Amino acid sequence: MKNTFIGQPMERREDLRFLRGRGEYVDDVALPGLLHAAILRSSVAHGKIKSIDTSAALKRPGVHTVITAADMPGGPPIVPMRLQPLPEFKPFEQPAIAHEKVRYVGEPIAVVLAATAAQAEDAFDAIEVEIEELPAVADWTVAQRNNSVLFDKQGTNRSMVFESRKGDADAAFASAPYVRKERLRTGRHYGLTMEPRGVMATWDAAKGMLTIYGAAKVPFFNRRILSAQIGLPVEQIEMIENDVGGGYGARGEFYPEDFLIPFAARHTGRPVKWIEDRRENLIAMNHAREEEAILEVACARDGTILAIRGEVHTDMGAYMRTNGAVGARNVSQFMAGPYRVPHVKIDSSLWMTNKTPVGTYRGPGRFEANFFLERMIDMIAEELRIDRIDMRRRNLITAKEQPYPIATVQPTNAVDEYDSGHYPETLERALQEIDWPRVSKLQGKLVDGKYHGIGVVCFIEGGAAGPKETARLEVNGDGTISLYLGTSSVGQGVETIFAQIAADALEVSIERIRHVHHGSTAYVSDGYGAYHSRSTVMGGSAVLDAANNFLAALREAGAKRLGCDANAVTLDEDKLTGGGKSVPLREFAGLTQEGVFLNKKHTYSYGSHVAHITVDPKLGRIEIIDYVVVQDVGRAINPLTVKGQMIGSLVQGLGGAVLEDLKYDENGQILTGSLADYLLPLASDFPNLRGVVLDKYPSPINPLGAKGAGEGGIIAAGGCMANAVANALSSLGVQPRQLPLSPAYIWELLQQAGRKAAE
Amino acid sequence: MKLPPFEYACPTTLNEAVALLASHNGEAKAIAGGQSLVPMLAFRLARPSLLVDLRKLPGLNEIKIGADGVRLGALVRWRDIQDDKRLESAHPLLKAAIAHVAHYQIRNRGTVGGSVAHADPAAEMPGVCVACDAVITAAGKGGTRAIKAADFFEGALTTALKPDEIVTEIHLPAWPAVRRSGFQEFARRRGDFAMSGVALFYDLDAGGKATNAHIGTIGVGDRPRRLAKAEAALNGQAVTEALAVKVGEAAAAEVDPQEDIHASAAYRRSLTGTLCERALLAAAR
Amino acid sequence: MGWRMTTKFEVNGKPVSVNVEPRMTLADCLRHELRLTGTHVGCEHGVCGACTVLVDGEAVRACLMLAVQAEGAKVVTVEGLSNDADLTPLQKSFRKHHALQCGFCTPGFITTAHALLTEEPDCDADRVREVLSGNICRCTGYIGIVEAVLDARAAYKK
Repeated sequence: MKNTFIGQPMERREDLRFLRGRGEYVDDVALPGLLHAAILRSSVAHGKIKSIDTSAALKRPGVHTVITAADMPGGPPIVPMRLQPLPEFKPFEQPAIAHEKVRYVGEPIAVVLAATAAQAEDAFDAIEVEIEELPAVADWTVAQRNNSVLFDKQGTNRSMVFESRKGDADAAFASAPYVRKERLRTGRHYGLTMEPRGVMATWDAAKGMLTIYGAAKVPFFNRRILSAQIGLPVEQIEMIENDVGGGYGARGEFYPEDFLIPFAARHTGRPVKWIEDRRENLIAMNHAREEEAILEVACARDGTILAIRGEVHTDMGAYMRTNGAVGARNVSQFMAGPYRVPHVKIDSSLWMTNKTPVGTYRGPGRFEANFFLERMIDMIAEELRIDRIDMRRRNLITAKEQPYPIATVQPTNAVDEYDSGHYPETLERALQEIDWPRVSKLQGKLVDGKYHGIGVVCFIEGGAAGPKETARLEVNGDGTISLYLGTSSVGQGVETIFAQIAADALEVSIERIRHVHHGSTAYVSDGYGAYHSRSTVMGGSAVLDAANNFLAALREAGAKRLGCDANAVTLDEDKLTGGGKSVPLREFAGLTQEGVFLNKKHTYSYGSHVAHITVDPKLGRIEIIDYVVVQDVGRAINPLTVKGQMIGSLVQGLGGAVLEDLKYDENGQILTGSLADYLLPLASDFPNLRGVVLDKYPSPINPLGAKGAGEGGIIAAGGCMANAVANALSSLGVQPRQLPLSPAYIWELLQQAGRKAAE
Repeated sequence: MKLPPFEYACPTTLNEAVALLASHNGEAKAIAGGQSLVPMLAFRLARPSLLVDLRKLPGLNEIKIGADGVRLGALVRWRDIQDDKRLESAHPLLKAAIAHVAHYQIRNRGTVGGSVAHADPAAEMPGVCVACDAVITAAGKGGTRAIKAADFFEGALTTALKPDEIVTEIHLPAWPAVRRSGFQEFARRRGDFAMSGVALFYDLDAGGKATNAHIGTIGVGDRPRRLAKAEAALNGQAVTEALAVKVGEAAAAEVDPQEDIHASAAYRRSLTGTLCERALLAAAR
Repeated sequence: MGWRMTTKFEVNGKPVSVNVEPRMTLADCLRHELRLTGTHVGCEHGVCGACTVLVDGEAVRACLMLAVQAEGAKVVTVEGLSNDADLTPLQKSFRKHHALQCGFCTPGFITTAHALLTEEPDCDADRVREVLSGNICRCTGYIGIVEAVLDARAAYKK
């Protein structure tokens, strides 16, 4: 291959429009005759809907229509699950608009359509909703009592227990020389995107065509959901991806609004736009993370992990959403992380509560599992008086053990194995980067009123796999080449990455790949989307296949024109050459070929975090002195953007470690209803962060050798920070068992430790 | 989060502004920088029928420094205080406190008058006013009156202002050369409202002892207040590390903190003591 | 349609006149009346900074200002800080340091950083971080943004 764009840090082509304010996000698109939608949401967490009277609202200035469940013959459609769509979950799925009951603060009750968004919002106080309140189920501990149930017919608030099994954990525990049991919990976070969600829909009655703007992440799948709900064949629905202001797992899933707005457009015959505001975003977009584990680890006296068993309880919120089961599933399968654990038994319960439903947020279940196990390793090492780093070295999976089988999850019978890598390597590199011989001397030291602590953790990140991805290459009229993809962008920079892959495969300049189109359903025959860190691996491998097909087609077409054998034809930047002659590429305008990639296996990148922090014991305040992430990503297509993913996801993880927490009161009312209370990391919070990207162990399961690499920063941040705090305050006997590590929580732990010492 | 409907007026004289505020049955509201009011409108927590924009009122954007102290016109912005080099000696406590106010963009529009009229219990400016015994001037239908800061702040988002009254000036008494001051606050992130904060000063007497101690808190309780017992613990003493601990303990014992999602009452109490101790040591440095 | 007012001001060097309800924020006016969609709205309650524009040379949150309050002002948006021919030095620096991913918060960072560097071309890293703490980015983790702003200082030195 003469080109080597792959592997080079390349500036992004997307930036040229974004930096000038010329991105086109869904709210930037204007259409004539537009109606603006605002959604009246339940202010009651749990109750029976007695009546909804919209008549007064219809008389308000500018109001066109108000839509409720009563406008949907046969009741509102259900939003089906996309991942783990088990029959047991069916009764817990969400109707597109509240019907008979409301189950969380924020559940859609009515859609007001008006001439302006302000007028639509003005009409809220003219809609009379009578709700008979029921006792709220505020968290999983209340849910398990089943005194108040969300779904009367089910009679239980537990929708599922995922069982992860490997070996015989009970037998291993019975003979284990040492067992530690702990109860640990993570806060409630969400994949807040800076651009709130938005949907715009138009209905062309003459053509029978429904067009949806604002699609993201999984447009092809969402089209199939909408098709079934609204009773139109998929060919009559077009999903258009605009620029997308962040995804993080949460955006682009099918939400109630993804039905309500197209329905409203068809109902009124007018284009309808809904732009989520931040207040509703906090209660409407998928929540995530809130999990509690009661975990046991069995070890030999030297720290060799023999078995893990226990239970995890996830606060699911009110409904099973499209990907809502992923976190609870993953936490059970990946509890052992990058470590060699022969026996695993985890039961992971999914509890329905009167909160905003959960979905995935970057590193779903893995962030939680990492915090749980890494916290326990440090506590075990301390109790067994062994070095916590040596304990990790002893248990990390090595290259000669790959592929390494992990726990199987039931009832989905999810059998899986890690693909490649020598896990101790990133740990050693991270220790080297942080200058371990120097900083290790500071552990637990009090300097100028602050305790120094070091956190050391290791992680595994899953990626890729899932349904097939499609790519298509086409010759343009000016002799450039366009690339079309079924996968989508959520802001990661895939246009640049796919251009790199295509240019290398075709052996042309990167400028020759003039346009990279993605995310809309019209571009390729089928596609899937961007989740589970799969875009680069799946879409990129599809690009390779498309390039092969495209080159073959070009050679054949060129051979006819050049009068030579197809094998003698080469693509030479802007022309085809063969038999001593050449013909300009532009003369093949319209020539196009698709390629696909399908993969049933997952990639597993891996790495280590090391953090050097200080804790001010009076304030409970944490400051990061230095923080290093080392991750082996198999093959880095664009090291600039891989590092961007690493640092960006790390700061999200640090947000979850010390700042972010969606809080509710016992009545199911949200207490963090604005960005002044749901605390996102700011530029002043975490200044000293470093990332090191390695690509020593390519994945054997795709032609690029790449592995998903979008989540490595976030997964281990909670565990690393909590271990660093424990290390800093080790002389005082402080052990954090929950996140976030807020100043008030750290201070409280210190008071508890002080009281214990006084006894 | 579109704002509720309202009418808008932008008067050019104080009398006109007062008349407009008085004309809407208490449903008119004054807007200066709008940095606190507009978010309340966006959440529809405020629904005035008329907004009276104060930006064209003459003479309210000046910082006057004289023998009797610092006079801040109500429309003086945070930005103006930060840019005014004279205040480094004329009122170092004000300068130090204002460095903690919100963020860069907010400081370009937020005003001192707006802040005191909004009366957030955790805001810095009300805290400085109370700690320094400031006098707040308000103009209304009944004329102009001077209100002591201690009487002005009545509770969270509640002041002694009548619906037709506009804050016109904040007077901070003169700052003698022997005065020492410290400001400490702690928030979850830079620019957030403080979970607790302490603004304090004292005057050094000829023997190097503290006199005229003023210790004020923000973010603890429903309004900023001075702590008489902590002040008593400081008066007549030379500031040492041991004394700072003692004064901090007195401050912690004296406050009546509330609990919220960011901090328990016990944590806030402890924080107040720590911040008081640190502010005092910073003052003595 | 409620009570409306005509307001005249200048945007990116050109005079404009809008007839809007007083409740319309400057951000919504720029985006939906004047179709300058580079100014983004991320929270509408003055926290995220995505809507930052320059008013008379100073960075302000356009969601916390009414359009009618802009009467007579000179407003500059990200479009006014850009040209077709080439990226500006500040924009180039953002690209070089991978200081953006999804691009949604980017216009607010560009306008804020431009105001800062115009006023304080010698600012240090702490000052950059302090000023940028008024803008939220969810993608990058800020490291690249701070580097980009520091690296662009040279272009603002007279």
